[in-house]
Amino acid sequence: MPDLIEKNVPAQGAAGSAEPKPEKPRSLGLDAWHDLRKRPVFIISAALIVLLVAFAIAPSLFTSVDPRAGDLQHHYLTKPNYLHFFQADWFGYDGQGRSIYARMIYGARASVVVGICVTAGVTVLGGLAGMAAGYYGGWVDTVISRVTDMFFGIPLLLGALVVLNAFTTRTVWSVVFALVALGWTQMTRVMRGSVITVKQSDFVTAARALGAGTGRIMFKHILPNAIAPVIVVATIALGGYIATEATLSFLGIGLQDPTISWGIDINSAQKVIRTAPFALFFPAGMLSVTVLAFIMLGDAVRDALDPKLR
Amino acid sequence: MAEPILEVRDLVKHYPLTQGVLFKKQVGAVKAVDGVSFTLAKGETLGIVGESGCGKSTLAKVLMNLERATAGQVLYKGEDISRLSGAALKAVRRNIQMVFQDPYTSLNPRMTVGDIIGEPFEIHPEVAPKGDRRKAVQDLLDVVGLNPEYINRYPHQFSGGQRQRIGIARGLALKPEIIICDEPVSALDVSVQAQVINLLEQLQGEFELSYMFIAHDLSIVRHISDRVGVMYLGRMVEIGTDAEIYEHATHPYTQALLSAVPVPDPTGREGRERIILSGDIPSPANPPSGCRFRTRCWKAEERCATEVPLLAAPTLLTGDARHDSACHFAAEREVAAA
Repeated sequence: MPDLIEKNVPAQGAAGSAEPKPEKPRSLGLDAWHDLRKRPVFIISAALIVLLVAFAIAPSLFTSVDPRAGDLQHHYLTKPNYLHFFQADWFGYDGQGRSIYARMIYGARASVVVGICVTAGVTVLGGLAGMAAGYYGGWVDTVISRVTDMFFGIPLLLGALVVLNAFTTRTVWSVVFALVALGWTQMTRVMRGSVITVKQSDFVTAARALGAGTGRIMFKHILPNAIAPVIVVATIALGGYIATEATLSFLGIGLQDPTISWGIDINSAQKVIRTAPFALFFPAGMLSVTVLAFIMLGDAVRDALDPKLR
Repeated sequence: MAEPILEVRDLVKHYPLTQGVLFKKQVGAVKAVDGVSFTLAKGETLGIVGESGCGKSTLAKVLMNLERATAGQVLYKGEDISRLSGAALKAVRRNIQMVFQDPYTSLNPRMTVGDIIGEPFEIHPEVAPKGDRRKAVQDLLDVVGLNPEYINRYPHQFSGGQRQRIGIARGLALKPEIIICDEPVSALDVSVQAQVINLLEQLQGEFELSYMFIAHDLSIVRHISDRVGVMYLGRMVEIGTDAEIYEHATHPYTQALLSAVPVPDPTGREGRERIILSGDIPSPANPPSGCRFRTRCWKAEERCATEVPLLAAPTLLTGDARHDSACHFAAEREVAAA
């Protein structure tokens, strides 16, 4: 045996030379991170998202104007002064004389909270259901899959209209509730398919052969290897949930006025689109950029996590 | 023969074929393993050969209790383990471990080598106390010829042969008595195959292991095995020592299989007769009556369709030719051995 060891050692050195002496061994996740950092799409979208989250957490850092203070002296007719950077009249005023710039900043909070909470809820709920369906198979799978199919048949927007109509006062949380209740099925399907693929891997069989219990197999072996597609779909869907929230608010069935939302602002601006297009442009532009940022992030993450590209 | 450590009796594994979406109705069964019996002695290597789809891997899975046997017994030291579950099964798993075919899929890509080899200790904490585990893992890496400093690396940083060594180290961790190797080298380069085979042989001497070695490469099986069993369509058709099988095969299927082994000598190759079988392997869902090989056998007669040949030593034959063979017309035939 000793000669075998000696013969083997230089071979390992040669294999390691592709990566010249990494001080820390890289996991697949770390590899993906190193890969991501070099992608311009990721850098741009991540920067946008960081900025957006900053708007949501501390809007007062970006504007000292109260977004709810209406002064009817200002109106749509007061043209925006694009040279007054970061001031109340930078992007002009809306119909009630409120600063469009301030509302654009404050509107980020509703969007980000709805986006993140819905995605988190949908991932946890849908992920667990999908894991149970994929892992146990049989009648558990049949029941979960049929329920998923039923929910899938309900159009998200129409379903949300119905659910939200049941609330007398609608807050961010009622919107989150409605979207989670209707949106979890997407994650269930992704997770189920992913778990079924991973479940058949030899390393899962090997763990079973060692006598590993269900919990260990599910959470140490299957979950870490099945989560990647779910993360990708969740990131892309996050943008979609933000857009859905804005749509619902636009239709008057989502958030209500004391809450500031881009959707509400778009709705009130549409009536004056010919006289004051800027009132529509800024909240709508902000919404588009936000959705785009999350979709681009999802794309970059998918490329980085896709094992076929490694 | 030394005392048997594993005894398999009439093992059957059928996979039901169902029809219908909501109300499933069984319409038949794939008879993947259909009445296989053999014994494995302590310290022995039993090779199992046969073409793809003959039930070799299913046999391994049933022995490992990864699939429940439909019927039959698997006796480990006299105790039937094929019906065990829960803690009793977990205890038996310590003694029977497995090495997998594909080293690229048998290691969890999200775990470090240390975690992979250390996992058996986490599942069976009584084997190694917590403080000693890292040391135990490093010892195992050393035993299989890997640098113990690689403990924090991930599987994708290793070559195929190195990964298979990691898989072997994981199999050895619980100090099992039996290791079932399911085509452990067929995914590796020829040069690396030899290293892994030598490692397995060396470990067998060191830890007194019994191997069940499943493969389709006849020369490797001959090299490593003490005894060889030949499978066809879920049945064992012939079993004996490697000399008996390779030099004195009496079953027509074994003879055909051996005649297909590539011979590295061109002159010998030209002189030898190749047995070309006609037709395909029949569907295991609907195997032929009587002898399963009769549809492709040149010796087949009326009797073969009605009477199932038993795996027994033919009384008419003498010497090495007299070993278990499931053929009504078992007889030696001149074939160039591998």
